[in-house]
Formats: sequence, structure tokens, C-alpha cells
Amino acid sequence: MEILVCVRRVPDTSENEIELDSQGKDIARDELVYSINEPDNYAVEEALQIRDRVGGTVTVATVGGEDDEEVLRRELAMGANRAVLLSDESFAESDGRGIATILKNFVQKEKFDLILTGVQADDGAAQVGGMLAAMLDLPFASLVNSIEVCGQKLKVSREIEGGNKEVNEIDLPCVLSIQTGINEPRYVGMRGIRQVASVPIATLGASELATNSNSVGRNAAKVVRIDYFIPAQGKGAEILRGSREENADKVAELIAARGGLR
Amino acid sequence: MVDTISAISTATSSLPLRELILSVNIAGLLAFSYVITRRLQPLLRAQSDPRFDRPLRRLQTVGKYWFGQWRHPRYKFAGLLHVTIFAGFLLLAARSFSLLIQPVFPQFEMPVLSGRIYGLLTDYAATVVFVCMTIAIVRRVVFKPARYQAPAEFGKWRSVDAVILLAAIAVLMLADSLVAATTLGRDHGTLQPLAAYSLPWFFRQLLQTHTANALAPINFGGSVLHAATFYFLLCYRPFGIQFHVETSLFSIYFSKLDRGTVKPVRWDIPENNLDQVKSFGVKTFQDFTWKHILDFYSCADCGRCADQCPAYAAGRPLAPRLLTIKARDYAFRHYPVFSKFDNGHALVGTIYTEDEVWSCTTCGACEEECPLLVEYIDKIVDLRRGLIDDANVPQSLQKPLKALESRGNPYGKLEKKRADWTLAAEFKQACPVKILNGRTQAETLYFVDSTTSYDERMQAIGRASARILQAIGEDFGILGASEKDSGHEVRRFGEETLFLALRDHNTEAIRGAGVKKIVTSDPHALNALKHDYNDLPPIEHITQVVARAVREQEMRFRPLANGEQVFAYHDPCYLGRHNQVYEDPRAVLDAIPGLKRVEMTRSRDRSFCCGGGGLMLFYEPQEEQRIGVLRVRMAAEAGANTIVTACPFCLTNLEDAIKTAGLEGKMTAIDFAELVDQQMVQKRPHKDSETKYETAGTGD
Repeated sequence: MEILVCVRRVPDTSENEIELDSQGKDIARDELVYSINEPDNYAVEEALQIRDRVGGTVTVATVGGEDDEEVLRRELAMGANRAVLLSDESFAESDGRGIATILKNFVQKEKFDLILTGVQADDGAAQVGGMLAAMLDLPFASLVNSIEVCGQKLKVSREIEGGNKEVNEIDLPCVLSIQTGINEPRYVGMRGIRQVASVPIATLGASELATNSNSVGRNAAKVVRIDYFIPAQGKGAEILRGSREENADKVAELIAARGGLR
Repeated sequence: MVDTISAISTATSSLPLRELILSVNIAGLLAFSYVITRRLQPLLRAQSDPRFDRPLRRLQTVGKYWFGQWRHPRYKFAGLLHVTIFAGFLLLAARSFSLLIQPVFPQFEMPVLSGRIYGLLTDYAATVVFVCMTIAIVRRVVFKPARYQAPAEFGKWRSVDAVILLAAIAVLMLADSLVAATTLGRDHGTLQPLAAYSLPWFFRQLLQTHTANALAPINFGGSVLHAATFYFLLCYRPFGIQFHVETSLFSIYFSKLDRGTVKPVRWDIPENNLDQVKSFGVKTFQDFTWKHILDFYSCADCGRCADQCPAYAAGRPLAPRLLTIKARDYAFRHYPVFSKFDNGHALVGTIYTEDEVWSCTTCGACEEECPLLVEYIDKIVDLRRGLIDDANVPQSLQKPLKALESRGNPYGKLEKKRADWTLAAEFKQACPVKILNGRTQAETLYFVDSTTSYDERMQAIGRASARILQAIGEDFGILGASEKDSGHEVRRFGEETLFLALRDHNTEAIRGAGVKKIVTSDPHALNALKHDYNDLPPIEHITQVVARAVREQEMRFRPLANGEQVFAYHDPCYLGRHNQVYEDPRAVLDAIPGLKRVEMTRSRDRSFCCGGGGLMLFYEPQEEQRIGVLRVRMAAEAGANTIVTACPFCLTNLEDAIKTAGLEGKMTAIDFAELVDQQMVQKRPHKDSETKYETAGTGD
């Protein structure tokens, strides 16, 4: 099976202290460390596992600049067969639809049986997967937390609010957005990354992708961020200051009062 | 009587003893050579391991641990029993040898180890060994000590095997005694003299009524039985737990000499060529080094290691002994003596589980206890390297490892905040700490490491250590943002590439700082900088610095105010066992007037790990209880209500364990540096309420 996984590089929320920049419209990015968007990493792991079961290849692609190569390199170290960077000045500041358009153009140049995205980017809006499916006129399933290959169809399941599981059948080719927890992604260390340091990463620009500058980038964006702020801390938590036993009783009482204990 | 004697000679010479013993000798030696050649095959195919250096040191080790049986009496009864048997064996070796040679070459006589005194001595030796075997069998069959028990999947064979071997030795002693009882003296005129009340002496008493014609076959039968049993043992031992009789001398000679170190990924490939190595660590059996395979052969399955292992005590799926036994069983199965070799299977997933490999805290209690100096930590680290190389890392460890890579600490905190612990309001004025960035210089570097830098509770250890250094007039500074994690745990968790990157970064930063010496309050940093890094200025732990100041009367203490407190010092593994600092911290504690101190049963080189620090704090083991909880209970049993330790990881685990064990209010934990800081008499007064030990350990 030929699988494409669309990935994205994001500031790692566990390793950064997010602050606003002086403009107040974005976060200060000077000292940030980045990593692969977590759900995307699960999507790549799932793709690798499917490939190892049924054969085929795994391609990872991202829309971005040179800096974004690091996450492609990381996914190559994980075991992806090929990485493609979709990069062009005209792509800058695309909205979700713009990103989906660029990906669509890439998919149309190639032939994929299955396209995976993470359920959403840490700083994203969970929209690219759905839009991409619509643009390609492919079936789409979101929030997928297990995949079973059955010939030309897949059985995919998702969790319903409250913990129940729903299983759907979907025709290939299709687009799926992958939920974290679907698998246990393998570890990638410095050694793995070093071993793929010389693997070439193809870069495709607007002309190779036949992308019209009216459909992507800043000018085509119909959704534009106008503000970004870190919410003021509310009155917040109630601090219990009794003995351990008193606190335990009080906590149990509070949870019960809110319907948490049955 | 003279008639009887000559009759024995005649009767003896009429039996085909010479031919029979000669054939048994030849057959036995051929069989033994074949078995040993086959057993050597895995070693010849294994990884290289340079153990041929420092012959004098190695001979010393042999003298102490092999000949001197140094570690055996740590378990009194079994240990002394073994020492006795071993001494008996050594004494009897020449006698056994003579018994095999003399029937073939009657003129042969062992130089020195023959004659009347040797004869009498060995009569007793054979008797004592026989008695010891009986005791050992009774012990195994009737009393069944817990440390010999193996899980059900190992079957009962192992204990049967042990008893067979013990019984065979008993038979050997009987045969030997039977021959001695019926052998002529040197003059061929009388029976040889025997030691009174020895086994041969009893035999002779029993046989006195027999005629010469009856004694001759007994002598003959005894000799044949002796030879047969001797070669049975020789050839059977390489199939079970008594192989150590043959291998222990070599295992101990080639044992690891450098404490605290971890073996490199490959001994035969320089570190800067590691990128060319296709596979890291141990994945299949032949990835072990030859010495590690020799260890598997040598293990006597005595269970002392597991008996001391904190992971095993807490019910984690790890027993050092089984790690070895499973590998030996694998070797016997896949490198069989009589059929084709069949190697190349992944070890983790077949004989080992992932959890087993990650359960080890590398505390070293097993290695400290093993009478045969079997190594465990290097093997665990190599197995972990193999798992990491196959991208197989527990999810809970992936984030801290990634954070260590990108931020230089397992918490993912910002580099620029690494020195924030020095900025606490009152501390900053009382004890300004220099940051050595090339422009600012100092004589001493205080290497803080990640936990003390970032963990809010442990930062108090940093401030206490800084005040101590200031009080004894040390010109010191820290690296601040340019310090990264020492990588000590990173290396021991098998992430060698990341460790090397951290080490190279720190080495450059430390050399750039131009300091003459290094002090740390973290034993893991101490061990890393001392043993894992190269060519750094000398490094000491804060306990050593304070002990010297006390010895040289540069530091005095005010009496302890709270008379209710009873202290127990908990030896951190990487300060004690791995670096042999046992007395300095105790000397300092005893120098504090009014300090009452008790020792836990498990202390010094038998100290019981707190549960492990660094990455182990992130790992979620399968276990029945927390290791730290076991430890604080030991302190309570010893009658202590305050545990002093000298390691931020120990303090973290012990403070947690006090809460988990429900001992809050009855037990507290405090770091050595905090206690010293609180009690020392110094030039400038300070006040930093958070290090007052009255609140330490209860601040939740």
C-alpha cells in the first residue's frame, strides 16, 4: 500500500515557555524548540505498521521551509521510505485551505492508496485533513484510533464521547485523521537521525506542484489571525489546607458533588 | 599381618587396574576436552573484551576473591560451608591426581604434596568435604533456602541437578577414602597410616575382619569408582551450576577492575567511528562479550545477587541471577555439545522481557555481593542499548530523552533558567554565585546537574552546597546555562549517542571555564565526571569536601537543638558502592555535637537503593511496592526518625516514600548538605527558611 502522511513541525509545548512577541499577534519564537506534531507522529507510526503488515511504502510530506526538514528527517529515521518538503515563498501564511490545496496538488502528482494526517496540530484547527479529502473527492474518517486493512477496504474505529467505540468501513483510497493513542510510536534518537543524515529530501515548489499563487499563501487566505493572547489566570483552584485525612475527605466530597463518584 | 599385606599386593596386581584406570583417564580427558571445546565456541564468536591488561592487579584479585574466598562469609553459614569445601578441594587436588596417575605409573609421586603429613591432612579433608556435602544436601532438600528458589517456569531440574552434583562429590570422597583405607604404605610392608577418626580410618575399622583377598577388590573397586566419579564430575559440570569449579578462576582473573564505569558500545571500535557500527548493544547472544558469556558459565546460581537486589525485593520482574541463568540455558540450548549450533534469536522477547531490562536501577548491589564477581550493569546497559537501537523505548522515557536532547535536561525546562536556583531572594544577597562564562573565573566549579538545578525542592541542596563552599572559603562558580545534564543516567539507560553529545558539550564547557577542581552534590554527576568523562580536573563530592574541612578544623558545628532526633545515614549507590565513599559523610555527622546516629542493617556496601534517579524517576515499572518505601521502613526498623542522604535522587525518592508509607510526621529526610548548612558555625549569618530540616520532607 502506498501511504502518504502529512506532518507538521510545531513548538513543543512540554519544552517551551510560550510567551507573546512584542506585536502581540504571535508567540515569541526566538528560543523555541520544535518537534513533530504529536498526533502526526502517531500517524507515521501507524503508516509504518501498516506497511510492515501489507507491504508498500510510506511517504512523509510537510508544507514549510528549510527549518521543517528536521521533522522530515526524524520521520525518515523512524522508518519512512521517502520525505518531501513542499516549499515555496508563495506558500507563506497560507490558511488551512491553502495548506490543503498545496497537499492536494502534491497528491495529484503521485498515487497514494491511503493518506493520513494527525487529528490536529498543536497550534492548528483540525481542518486540513477534511478539506484535503473534499478537494480530492475521497472518503474521509476523522479521530481514527485503530485501522484494520481488509482488501480494498479499511475498518477504522473511533472513540465516542464517554469511551464507547464505533467501527466504520471505508473504501480505499481515503483520507484519515489519526488520534493519539492509536499505537506506541517508536523511539527516535540522535543516532537514528544521524544515520539518515545523507538521505536526500526532495523539495517541490509552486511550479512543480502547479500551484496557482491565487489559491495559496497570504493573499488567498480567507481565515486570518487577528489576535493572540494568553488568558489571564482566573481565580483558579481552591486550595485545601487541612490535614491529609481532612483533605482526602473534602476532595471526595467535591468530586461526588460534581457527579464524579458513582 | 605381613602375610595379609603381601597377599594384597599379589591380589591387586592380578586385577587389571592399570589398564582400566588408563582407559578411564583417556576416555575422561577426551570427553572433557570435547565438552570444553564446544563450550568455548560461543566465547570465540562473541564480542571482543580487553581483559589481558594489569596482570598483577588481576592476580591480586584472584588471591583475594578466588583463593581467599573473600565474599563468601558475607552469608555466614553457606559462606563458611563453601570456604571449607573449597579449602578441602584445594588440599585434595593433588591426592585425587595421584589416585588417577599412580595405578598407571606406580613410580609417580606428587612433589611436596605427598608423604605422611599430606596424607593425614587429606584424610581429614576428604572427611570434612564429605560432611559438608551431607549438610549441603540436607540444606537444599530439607530447609530449601528461599534464595535458591526459581519461578515455576524453570522447573525442578535445577535443584535436582544441584543435589546430584553434591551427591557425586560425596561419592568421590567415599571412593577416595575407601582407596586410602586399603592402600599400602610406601614401604609396601604395611597399610598406609591413616588419620584417626577420619573417613578412611572408619572404613579400615570396618574392613579389619576382611581377608586380603577381599580387601584387594575393594581397593580396586574404590580406585575405579574414584576415577569414574572424578571424570563424571569433570564432564558433567559443564552442563550445570558446578561449572564454576572450572571457570571461576578465569572469571575472577578476567573480572572488571574499574568500578563505576560502563563498557563502551564496542571495545574494538573507537568512539568516533561508532557511526559505522551497524548495530548497538546486545540483541542476540553473540553480541555479548566473551567475558560476559564466561560469567554466564560461572554463575553458581547461589541467589545472593537477587537476595540483595532492590528491584527484586520490590517485586519488579528482574532477578540478576535469572538474567544469568536464562542466558546460560540459552547458551546450552543453542550451542549444544552434541548437535548443531543455532544462534541469532533476539534475546528480548524470548528469554528476557523489556520490563526486566528496564527494571534495573544500576545500584550495583548484585555485583558487590557476587562471590564470583559476575558483572550485571554492563550487560543491562548493553541490552538497553540494543532496545534503543531497535527504537524500542518505553513511552514514559521518550519525552525526557527528547528533552535532554533539545534542552539538556529531562524536564524540558529552558537552558537559561538553569541557574535560577541562585536567584532566591535572601540567598542571592548572602551567597552570590558566580557564573563561569569565560570572563568570570574561579578556582572551583560547582557542577550542579539537572535535578538540583530545576527541581524546586532539590534546589535547596544547591543553595546549601553553595553556602558550604562559601563558608570554607572556596572560590567557586557554576556553569549556569552552559551546563547540561551530566548524562549519567542517559548512558546507563543505553542512549549512548545522546550521552556522548552531552558529555562532549559539558567537557568543552568545563575546560573553557578554566577551573582547577570540581565539586558536586550529586553522586551521579560525580560518577559521570569521574568515570565517564575524560581529562577533567579532579572532582569531589561535597561530603568529601566537608569531611576534609572538619578534619582540618576549618569547620565547626553548633550542637543539634532537637534531642528527639535519631539519624540514619543512607548510602547513595553512586557515592558508596560505585565510588567507595562510606566514611566521610559518617565522620561529618558524628562531628555534629549531640547528633544521635544509628546504622540500618543494609548500609555501606550493602546499602539498599532508593529506587533510582534520573530517567528512572520517569519510568513506570511493574512492581508490587515502591523500592523507596522498603528503604524508609528499614530506617524505621533501625530506630531512626531522620534519614540523611547525600544525593538529590535519593532525597526525592525517600521523601516520596515517607508519604507513601504513611510515615509523615514520624520520619523525615534531609540532604547531607542541608544538615551541614544548618548546623555549621560560620562567619556570616544567613536565613533560608526552606532548608530548615524541621520542615524538610513534609512540605507538600
